[in-house]
Amino acid sequence: MTVSKPVADVQPAANEQAQGEAIVAVPLRHPWRISIAVVLVLMLALFVVDAAQRPDYGWADVGKYLFDRRISQAAWVTLSLTIYAMVGAIVLGLLLAIMRLSPNPVVKSIAWLYLWIFRGTPVYVQLVFWGIVALIYPVFTIGIPFMDPWVSIPNDVFTNLYITAVIGLALNEAAYMSEIVRAGLLSVDEGQEEASTALAMSWGQTMRYVVVPQAMKIIIPPTGNEVISMLKTTSLVAAIPLSIDLYGVSRGISAVTFTPVPLLIVASIWYLLFTSVLMVGQHFIEKRFSRGTGRRQAGPASDIDPSVAKVTEVPLGNEVGGKG
Amino acid sequence: MSSTAMVHADRVSKSFGSNNVLRSISLEVQAGEVLCVVGPSGSGKSTFLRCINHLEKIDAGRLFVEGQLVGYRQKGDKLHELRPKEAALQRRDIGMVFQRFNLFPHMTALENIIQAPMRVKRVPKAKAVLRARELMERVGLGDKADHYPAHLSGGQQQRVAIARALAMDPKLMLFDEPTSALDPELVGEVLDVMKELATSGMTMIVVTHEMGFAREVADSVAFMDGGIVVESGPPSELLGNPQQERTKAFLSKVL
Repeated sequence: MTVSKPVADVQPAANEQAQGEAIVAVPLRHPWRISIAVVLVLMLALFVVDAAQRPDYGWADVGKYLFDRRISQAAWVTLSLTIYAMVGAIVLGLLLAIMRLSPNPVVKSIAWLYLWIFRGTPVYVQLVFWGIVALIYPVFTIGIPFMDPWVSIPNDVFTNLYITAVIGLALNEAAYMSEIVRAGLLSVDEGQEEASTALAMSWGQTMRYVVVPQAMKIIIPPTGNEVISMLKTTSLVAAIPLSIDLYGVSRGISAVTFTPVPLLIVASIWYLLFTSVLMVGQHFIEKRFSRGTGRRQAGPASDIDPSVAKVTEVPLGNEVGGKG
Repeated sequence: MSSTAMVHADRVSKSFGSNNVLRSISLEVQAGEVLCVVGPSGSGKSTFLRCINHLEKIDAGRLFVEGQLVGYRQKGDKLHELRPKEAALQRRDIGMVFQRFNLFPHMTALENIIQAPMRVKRVPKAKAVLRARELMERVGLGDKADHYPAHLSGGQQQRVAIARALAMDPKLMLFDEPTSALDPELVGEVLDVMKELATSGMTMIVVTHEMGFAREVADSVAFMDGGIVVESGPPSELLGNPQQERTKAFLSKVL
């Protein structure tokens, strides 16, 4: 191993001691560890065996509906809701984050007000509201307020339940995304903006080429978490009520067949499949972006020799080598 | 007002809240001159430097670079604040080097250098890269172009930062304690680059604690304390035969 050599160089004393008598000792026993493990495994096995035999779980129906065409189509609806809502939330969240960092106190306050409302009320309640908003605003009008409108357009946006669901989820999520983006932008050292300004770059160029690329390291990992969270939150569109998503369709089928439990299991299996795939993706994204620490600007005192820096770039190997 | 001076400060004042950081600073730097500003920390040296490229606004007095009012436009007897774009235009000719280097950590040394010429001056990339390699060569880092800042020593990072500032072909270079964050054995390599720059005729204002550098390279030295220029003059006089008590007291501690 590459790392073990410098360790030996640093601690020559360790080598001399290695020549002393090897320790042969009776290892300490941990009886409680074993007993607790045995009890837990037994309880789990009991539960599984019992569940497999209980008719209420309807395992045959689980198999029957797991790949039902209606279910797999609904799974696509859930996925598309997640994607559209997240895209909308990221765009609006970025806007809100920039508004909160604005020097204009009115702009700042409006962004704060938005966050206060959308983070302070349950998403379920918000979705119910967006479901009935078309009753409050049946037409969109353009014109001078309190005069006859020039143009009237019937409110087709909030009568389309799918679009309503995307908007409702995105508006709620934007409040959370804006905090993530804001934290990312604030994490970038002030000296970066200063250096960029001193080089005569405009505010826009500074943001685009200097601040945002560095903020992404902070922004992307929690955004992955939000995607996973959003996938599950889509089940709340029942509040609108939209019933073509995964949970809605499985509930719809069970209302006809009177077999609610197997269809809950079917929906859960699909949700687990999606979240598992996303978690694997999340794991790689986090690995990719934590690696960036190797490129972070070294502090004033840490003048890294290039050859040493190369070694520290292998993060895990170094740790293991150091302990061994 | 002399419009021939590269930098002309006329009774410049600046305060942060109730803290008067600069109190009526007046000084002049001619083209091709090197001015070293020395003094205890908190004396306003760095703030004064940051006013010259309008990173900080001044509260009173007038500050001119090449005869042009910094950050403002005079119309009749009224001053108008410049738009960000106009302020940026003034900064194009002023390079700045920071104590903590402030290199962009997500870019290689070469990418750091070509950013401003490409984005601000719209220099084609191939031409910017060619020029950047020349500058890397000039600061003695010809082989480090593709290294990220974290893989360079402090002294190397600061030399890249100097090359980055030079890439905009500035007429004036501001150095804000460029060696204060460096390990002692790395200070020399940065000072050597700065000496070479001074010999080539660059106008420089250097805030520094390196008295040896000031003595050898500076055309004039200004001693600042408590927001005022206590004393200024050629290095041999100011460092060798200071007139003011405060200057004597400071120099006796650092020399």
